[in-house]
Amino acid sequence: MDINLTLLGQSIAFAFFVWFTMKFVWPPINNAIEERQKTIADGLAASKRATEDLENARAKADDELNAAKVKAAALIDQAKKRATKLVEEETQRGHAEREKIIASGYAEVEAERNRVREELRKQVAFLAITGAEKIIEREVDAQKQSDIVEKLVAEL
Amino acid sequence: MAVNVGALSVALILGFIFVFSFMLVGRKATTGVPGKFQCFVEIIIEFISTSVKETFHVKNKLIAPIALTIFMWIFLMNLMKLVPVDWLPAVFGMVGLLITPEAIKYDVSEYSFLEQVMAHPWSYLTIAPTTDINITMGMALGVFFLIIGYSIYFKGLGGFIKELSFTPFNHWALVPFNLVLELVTLISKPVSLGLRLFGNLYAGEVIFILIALVGLYQLPLHFAWAVFHILVIVLQAFLFMMLTIVYLSMAAEDH
Repeated sequence: MDINLTLLGQSIAFAFFVWFTMKFVWPPINNAIEERQKTIADGLAASKRATEDLENARAKADDELNAAKVKAAALIDQAKKRATKLVEEETQRGHAEREKIIASGYAEVEAERNRVREELRKQVAFLAITGAEKIIEREVDAQKQSDIVEKLVAEL
Repeated sequence: MAVNVGALSVALILGFIFVFSFMLVGRKATTGVPGKFQCFVEIIIEFISTSVKETFHVKNKLIAPIALTIFMWIFLMNLMKLVPVDWLPAVFGMVGLLITPEAIKYDVSEYSFLEQVMAHPWSYLTIAPTTDINITMGMALGVFFLIIGYSIYFKGLGGFIKELSFTPFNHWALVPFNLVLELVTLISKPVSLGLRLFGNLYAGEVIFILIALVGLYQLPLHFAWAVFHILVIVLQAFLFMMLTIVYLSMAAEDH
């Protein structure tokens, strides 16, 4: 096996293949790889950003929720207070009403009693006069003795 | 001067298979989800890209294609060693016997058919091109010119000559001595590249031929040696590529 023209042929072929690879093989494949790497990097960055966004949103939602809870608690508290106050007021009003009704009942009863007493007085006076008539056996002029009767009635 | 048509044409066919298959991938390359062959090609490209970036620190768009060409081409040429050593030569000898029986210069009428086949010059086909020293030295010669080209491109012609003359001893009186040393260094690079590849592959091929001579027992032996050679094939291709990158980076960088 000796050195011959094959050497030169191989060298030329080598040069040609290197040129061909540099021109048509390496750039498109390498570009595709680099582009994909970029896409993947972008995707990873985007997903990271999305995760961060989600985290922020969650924190914000938590805050909102807490604020809402506080507000709701305040509202409930207020409502309770108001309810208590209302009940108290109503109770007081009820008491007052009752007092008033009782008072008016008393007044009525008193008036009735006075009226009945008056009636009774009149009757008693009438009975007394009738009794007195029988005792003295004569007509007493009720008209003439009305002052005595009045006096009696007043004394009863 | 003669040309080893067999080795050179196999080398060229393999080279074209490499560039066209890769070019096809490059043309159809998608930046989305790649197909399986594209994945395979991209793995090789990535691997070579990494090797180049680790060793060659100057920005240069020629170095990576050089490395890719060397690796893939030598890998394919080495791969031909796994084709049984006398299979294609027998086929070609048979074809040659049918087409040009007169090419056998001596009397073979008493030979058996197979002996006639193997006597035909077409059966001298070298199926693994890297077992031919012309092929490996041809590659090394290409690398040699690249080394010189890179040196001149990055350092200028003056810088290159100065480097040859004033290293390792920076004194004008020692210029001839330096020149001898540096020229030996320079020339030893392609020689070692070419001879290493040739030596490894040729020795392996000789063993394959020896194994082929032992008769039926060759089958397990051949299998074992072929399995071992899977390693040698990739390793030698990688070595040639890596050393080329190293030599070129040495040529491109100041010491």
